[in-house]
Amino acid sequence: MSVLDLSRWQFAITTVYHFLFVPVTIGLAFLVAGFETAWLRSGREHWLRLTRFYGKLFLINFALGVVTGIVQEFQFGMNWSAYSRFVGDIFGAPLAIEALLAFFMESTFLGLWIFGWDRLPRRVHAACMWAVAVGTTLSAYFILAANSWMQHPVGYHYDPRTHREELSSFLALMTNPAQLAAFPHVIAACFLTAGALVAGVAMWHLIRRPGTDGPAFRSALRAGAITAIAAAVVTIATGDVQGKLFTTRYQPMKMAAAEALYHTAKPAPLSLLTIGNLNGSKPVFQITLPRLLSFLGTGNWSGRVQGIDNLQAFYRQVYGPGSYTPIIPVTYWSFRLMIGIGLLAALVTLLALWAVRHGRAPRSRLLLWSVIALPLLPLAANSLGWILTEMGRQPWIVYGQMKTTAGVSANSAGEVLASMIVLTLLYGTLAVIEASLMIKYARTGLAPHPVPPGTGAGGEETSPALVY
Amino acid sequence: MHLSDLWFIAIAVLWAGYFVLEGFDFGVGILLPVLGRDDRERRVMINTIGPVWDGNEVWLLTAGGATFAAFPGWYAAMFSAYYLPLLIVLIALILRGVAFEYRGKREGARWRLGWDGALFAGSLIPAIVWGVAFGNVLRGIPLNAAHNYAGNFLTLLNPYALLGGLTTLALFTLHGAVFLALKTTGDLRRRANALSWKLGAVAVAAGGGFLAWTEASYRAPGHTGATGAASVALAAAAAVALIIAVLASRAGREGAAFAGNAAAIAAATGALFTALYPRVLPSTLTAVGTLTTANASSTAKTLAVMTVVAAIFLPFVLLYQGWTYWVFRRRIGAGPAVASPGAAAVPSRPAAPDVAPEVGS
Repeated sequence: MSVLDLSRWQFAITTVYHFLFVPVTIGLAFLVAGFETAWLRSGREHWLRLTRFYGKLFLINFALGVVTGIVQEFQFGMNWSAYSRFVGDIFGAPLAIEALLAFFMESTFLGLWIFGWDRLPRRVHAACMWAVAVGTTLSAYFILAANSWMQHPVGYHYDPRTHREELSSFLALMTNPAQLAAFPHVIAACFLTAGALVAGVAMWHLIRRPGTDGPAFRSALRAGAITAIAAAVVTIATGDVQGKLFTTRYQPMKMAAAEALYHTAKPAPLSLLTIGNLNGSKPVFQITLPRLLSFLGTGNWSGRVQGIDNLQAFYRQVYGPGSYTPIIPVTYWSFRLMIGIGLLAALVTLLALWAVRHGRAPRSRLLLWSVIALPLLPLAANSLGWILTEMGRQPWIVYGQMKTTAGVSANSAGEVLASMIVLTLLYGTLAVIEASLMIKYARTGLAPHPVPPGTGAGGEETSPALVY
Repeated sequence: MHLSDLWFIAIAVLWAGYFVLEGFDFGVGILLPVLGRDDRERRVMINTIGPVWDGNEVWLLTAGGATFAAFPGWYAAMFSAYYLPLLIVLIALILRGVAFEYRGKREGARWRLGWDGALFAGSLIPAIVWGVAFGNVLRGIPLNAAHNYAGNFLTLLNPYALLGGLTTLALFTLHGAVFLALKTTGDLRRRANALSWKLGAVAVAAGGGFLAWTEASYRAPGHTGATGAASVALAAAAAVALIIAVLASRAGREGAAFAGNAAAIAAATGALFTALYPRVLPSTLTAVGTLTTANASSTAKTLAVMTVVAAIFLPFVLLYQGWTYWVFRRRIGAGPAVASPGAAAVPSRPAAPDVAPEVGS
């Protein structure tokens, strides 16, 4: 494999892996902060116990999110230095601002939260988790603004003297319409992810250990499930907005590839199932619903949707010879599976919520297996969403401006092969350890009645808590 | 002064902040097998930095991000040239970060010893590599006219840069020892103080030699004026601060020792950056390969945006990070355990076999 292929694989592996932890961090920070606030406001101890229980899962997950994030920041320079030179004037600022505004906030206040149980007044302690939650969300905003610029460049100009893209408007960069659609979509998906985790774990306890902390886990299930269901609705709505923007304006090729629509059609049918030939260059068998793609893509039942072949011909005229078509089977299936698996997650949470209505105690095996799978479903949907977004943009690294082939560093293939192997093995090992800890702590259940923090108990003058 | 000069200073300040802060938590990690005689002592050591290490590490991410934003040419050339060293640092930081959080999450001596090993190696390796990396920045690396690296991993292992690695290793280890003396009690505190004296001798020798070599051989040519004098002055200040730190530690003045060593690290970083200026990454191959604050920087517009953002938000960061250190200012005892609420796996608390000890939250 070439340096280019290896660098792409490494970026894909490390990014998909990093984003397994990010959504849980973002969504769960808000839920844990919410639980702690519920404890403060209601005085009911079970909210405190839930705070500590889900807080532990949060921390196990957070550790890997943080350390894999460092790789992401370094990788642009290490593997994509030509890209970094070409766009650094625009792309670097959101990354630097993310570190300054968000990383400091989340890491510092999380340290205070972990170690501050008997050091800080209760309200201040809860506020620390809210600060973590806000920090993670700010982080998402800036990094998504950077990504949205790669999807739909705005607020820049090309300087022929320096041979690079330069910033024209920071405000335009921060209010990129692609970003305004992507950010709520991603954040909603984070809430779906965390809500599904909270609800799934709570339901497991309700089924497997009935009678143990029932009221607490019922509260957790309701909070998680309602969060997940509401988030699913927002994810669908914002996904629809994004789909229309990209179909009609920003990246018609990505959406044509996601639908395996080869020929421009007006009206266009929606493909329910397309089987293509092996290289994805044309369909062999299709089941379609008439006009539906026109409606979904353009908002009009007889809207015109451009096809892959027509777009390919058009881009050759504009940008010169070459393929401008992403890998169709990947875009087509990642799009369908993202939607399908995301909906399945919402459906399972809905069923779980229904199963405990009016104090019912569910015992169904099917439901048990469903809720065990539940926390994993949004993780899969999230990954597929990013695979669609990033692979659907190919061959571009910055849409219409720079091809991925032109962005890679002048490293040796051996170096990149070594780093890819080492990182993959390390990440794999850590995933096993992380998953085993998550399962261990999720199964253990709520800790027995904790001493309420913030009371100064525990002899803090002589022996502060040894948390680690 | 151009905005690019201001951002050169800002990046110097971010690296200095990173070395001063993460320097001591690297030092604590390095001293884990040296000073921590049993699990309890090692836990005490780890908990002295527990609330702050992650915030300290963000100084690195901010320095990296600021370099990308303000000097894309520098970021691109340096990060791709240092491919393998940075990979090694990344692996070290990954293992170390995970070790903090996971160490107490299971019972069992092997589990804990394993993560202690990760903490040690994860602290030791970056403490050396950063010094080697900065030595090579000062010395210059073979960059071609397109600013791509034309050397290999062994190019970076020259005597000057290796002395740089020894310098950061000695300074950070000493920093960890004086920090532990300041933050612990009893026997651990006494041993940390005793070790500081020996580490101080190594740090003075290595650091003095490295800075003298830098000033003699690797200062920016043609800049013997103000910046040259400033670099010499900062190097001298670093040496003085370091000696004061060692003497203060000897006299049992733990606060002064820590402050002195922090000042020494900051001044030494300043001396390196002023010696480098106005270059940011010299080429040993060709003059056109050399990157400077002028040819590696972003546009004035980007730098202006960054300046406004930093001017508004950096003060808040300093305030709340400072507050964290205030909240956790007390010493941590290694004496008999008194369980605090939420404390982990305290031996006196019997735990049912399948009930995990309360850790982490």
